Amino acid sequence: MAKNKPDYILFDKDTQAIVFGYQQRAIQRMLDFDYICRREKPSVASIVNPTREGWHQCFWGTEEILIPMYLTLTEAVKNHPKADVMVNFSSFRSAYPTSKEALETKNIRTIAIIAEGVPELRSKELIQIANKKNKWIIGPATVGGIAGGAFRIGNTAGTLDNIISSRLHRPGSIAYVSKSGGLSNELNNIIARNTDGVYEGVAIGGDRYPGSTFIQHIMRYEKNPEIKMIVILGEVGGTDEYDVVNALKKGKIKKPLVAWCIGTCAKVFPAEVQFGHAGARAGASQETADAKNQALKKAGAIVPASFDGFDKKIKQTYTKLVKSGKLIPKPDVEPPRIPLDYAMALKEGIIRRPKQFISTISDDRGEELRYCGITISDVFKKNYGLGGVIGLLWFKKKLPKWATDYLEMVVLLTADHGPAVSGAHNAIVAARAGKDIISSLVSGLLTIGPRFGGAVQGSADHFTSYLYRGEKPSFMVKDMKSKNVNIQGIGHRIKSVTNPDVRVEILKKYAKKHFPNTETLDYALEVEKLTTAKRGNLILNVDGCIGVLTCDMLRSIGYSREEIREFVQLGILNALFILGRSIGFMGHIIDQKRLKSRLYRHPWDDILYMMPKKPDEVK
Amino acid sequence: MAQRGIREYDGKKMLARYWPEYISQKYSYPGKVILITPTTKIEELPKKHGWLKKEKLVVKPDQLFGKRGKYGLIKAEVPFTQIKKWVKEKMNKEITLGKVTSKLTHFLIEPYVDHQEEYYIAIKTNRNGDTIYFSNHGGVDIESVWDTVAEIFVGINDDINSLNIERQLPKDTPPKMKKTLADFIKGLYRFYIELRYAYLEINPFTISNNTIIPLDLVARLDDTAHFEVGYKWGDISFPAPFGRRLTKEEQYIKELDEKSGASLKLTVLNPKGRVWTMVAGGGASVIYTDTIVDLGLGDELANYGEYSGNPTTEETYAYARTILDLITREKDSKNRSKFLLIGGGIANFTDVAKTFTGITMALRDYKKKLIDNKVKIFVRRGGPNYQEGLRIMEELGKELGVPINVYGPETHMTRIVNMVQKEKKGG
Repeated sequence: MAKNKPDYILFDKDTQAIVFGYQQRAIQRMLDFDYICRREKPSVASIVNPTREGWHQCFWGTEEILIPMYLTLTEAVKNHPKADVMVNFSSFRSAYPTSKEALETKNIRTIAIIAEGVPELRSKELIQIANKKNKWIIGPATVGGIAGGAFRIGNTAGTLDNIISSRLHRPGSIAYVSKSGGLSNELNNIIARNTDGVYEGVAIGGDRYPGSTFIQHIMRYEKNPEIKMIVILGEVGGTDEYDVVNALKKGKIKKPLVAWCIGTCAKVFPAEVQFGHAGARAGASQETADAKNQALKKAGAIVPASFDGFDKKIKQTYTKLVKSGKLIPKPDVEPPRIPLDYAMALKEGIIRRPKQFISTISDDRGEELRYCGITISDVFKKNYGLGGVIGLLWFKKKLPKWATDYLEMVVLLTADHGPAVSGAHNAIVAARAGKDIISSLVSGLLTIGPRFGGAVQGSADHFTSYLYRGEKPSFMVKDMKSKNVNIQGIGHRIKSVTNPDVRVEILKKYAKKHFPNTETLDYALEVEKLTTAKRGNLILNVDGCIGVLTCDMLRSIGYSREEIREFVQLGILNALFILGRSIGFMGHIIDQKRLKSRLYRHPWDDILYMMPKKPDEVK
Repeated sequence: MAQRGIREYDGKKMLARYWPEYISQKYSYPGKVILITPTTKIEELPKKHGWLKKEKLVVKPDQLFGKRGKYGLIKAEVPFTQIKKWVKEKMNKEITLGKVTSKLTHFLIEPYVDHQEEYYIAIKTNRNGDTIYFSNHGGVDIESVWDTVAEIFVGINDDINSLNIERQLPKDTPPKMKKTLADFIKGLYRFYIELRYAYLEINPFTISNNTIIPLDLVARLDDTAHFEVGYKWGDISFPAPFGRRLTKEEQYIKELDEKSGASLKLTVLNPKGRVWTMVAGGGASVIYTDTIVDLGLGDELANYGEYSGNPTTEETYAYARTILDLITREKDSKNRSKFLLIGGGIANFTDVAKTFTGITMALRDYKKKLIDNKVKIFVRRGGPNYQEGLRIMEELGKELGVPINVYGPETHMTRIVNMVQKEKKGG
């Protein structure tokens, strides 16, 4: 707290605030205001963000600065002893404890509570503490307030354009108090157009028990020699305006006071219409706007006949002060320019920039998430199912039922193949080593490749490359043999022509019944005839069958052979296997975790130790 | 919202539920009360509440309005059969209280209590604490015996038990009743604070044979305290004050408002009125309505309305259509002009041009009807992109052939009301 600051000044060009709550936009708006006011230091000293500490990066004119961010108010206050204002953006639930904490600090003298819906009893408790400690509360349920050319609470006064057109970037000689925050922009405008502008304006908030009242601010303005005239905008309901009436009667307010209370229309309403504000309920007759306006006028305030005369009364009062020499109009100054925000400029279509990122499959903006144009609610309403969603996100197509059913069959068939296969084994070992589900899953997935699980991909590659080139099955068998490459998807450990794999039978039967085109399967079966003639177990296995059938499915839904080759090259078949098998891997991992299996260590007696006595020495 | 009235039934039930905890172990309040709604099967009530058939009863509407005796809406000291008949007669009947006509829908039944003394107590919150009002002369219009009322002030966080209540009771309190009354006052105050009442009036209550019975109760809760003590309130409702039945259009806007995150309000005051408003912002809408009344146009004021809180284009469109439909439903009897004020203050951050989109869509739809009904439109608005918003409106006026006059922040907010007044004078 600056020692030489008089009591009646809450905000000046050096005032610094701690912002409670990570309100990035409001913080930037405060800093932008600072900049056009040509403040030396930012008005935000630090931020309290109970969920993250560190630094907040924001603009200071054209430059960027970092504002410290703390988890607790205690730290913020300790590190920024000069900040004597807290702008409290916490919710109605936590507005009370956080404001109370701030009131109990040594440094913080003024608290603006933005939240709406703070319980009345809590507000009253805060008021009691503030009164005892000679501190100030503005709000709850307010936008805050503004001191021309000096300090802005949060979002008060709207956009920079508006601030500049209301000349708030420099001080004027008029101070106002309004109950409504929504009307403070209008007050700023009226005062700017009819006088030399706003010195300070406070919106005390619409609650029944505002933290500070009209009279408290008026008495502060009364003492401040820079302020020559006071404006208040009250409203129907409550009796706070009568404190002003009484002070006027006692001659405590010497500066001209222009006043108006809104809600004079209440009398024409048949029943009590609840206006927006919690405090605006005219019960007793003295709480009506008419009664208040009359009382204020009688006590010596300058009160127009209607709001429509408010601007004229303000102008007349101001002109009188200028003529009498009591008020020397404050000069206008040119504000520095603030560069347009990127987001704003983009919105207005002033700038453009090529996108760094393209997405053609889904969109999470807008009302509802969409997969390839289909809203998530339609995905359910129209029973897309897992296969349908794969169709949308992988192929950007709405697939027919036979195709989505096929994809789902593949996922089901590939879901697991027992704990002994490489991938599952790895996943289990990792899980038993205490690794998390992602690490364990990835450990399993990393085995998928040319030897394990890769046959789906491999068979699709091998068969389509010969088929699409127009080679005969016999040529393929011979050619592969000559290159000494096993045909992927051919061969099984136990199954054979006489003992077929039931999974393959299911797939083949399904495809024959539903697929419009089974050219790759037919080709592979021709190859199988040749290979099984050599050895009975060289059959088309399940991986091979999935590989070739997936190519046939793609062909059947309209992809060209070139496009299918492209899909194969980019690994879409591996993707299908990975998708299915992840289910099994995760099953094994969960299984191991639930069993609380201990660390796996391979038994010595299962390892052939063949270590040489000593290494070959390279000379 | 803040202080909201609750039904006498809910107040009494709550009192009975927390009676032993806060109020008294020595005196009891059985809390025999039943609420009748339009769906209650009255015939079946005695099965659940045996006392209905055993005791003389009282019945009265429970719809947040007072002076029920004066309006002949209390039936007392009668058996259940008569209560049934009475309720059946009154249920869904329209009644007029002052300027308001609406339906009776909720009634409260409780045992009739034969009693001697009638006490008055009320607790009111104020900025510095709470004030308890007590009198030994309840049961009447308390204002007429206000000099018998003692005012007891309790500061914020004061411990009521440490206050000497007995000494502050009215002078005419019988000495033997002092302790009983003081204890009751303390207990009721604790109940009031702990359950976050904002206003509680029991006029009267009576004391006999170890029971304290509140005969008539009016209460408001601070509904913002819901997150702190809502679990203690139980399943209560905050009924709308006894008011005029909503018109179809008002009901439609109310439903739109409830579904939306924005605020949309409409009250039709005089469908034949010639001055209509469609104002952005709560405070601004009040000021426009005020000014219409204060400039002597109150007889022509057709509606009170407000849209704010960033409504979507669809919502503004629906809102504007509703108002345009009302304006153009019937030509003025003397074929004079009608006026629509599309007003507002200076928006904080909402794009004014964008908020006008829904309105311009609706104006297009009503082109012919607006011309037929001689509607003149005045627009006043400021805030982000207001120039573009006003330009769109002005162009639209030319396109439709409907007079649309536009003004920005350089024109005082309510000057368009003034203009209407001058136009009206001019013819």
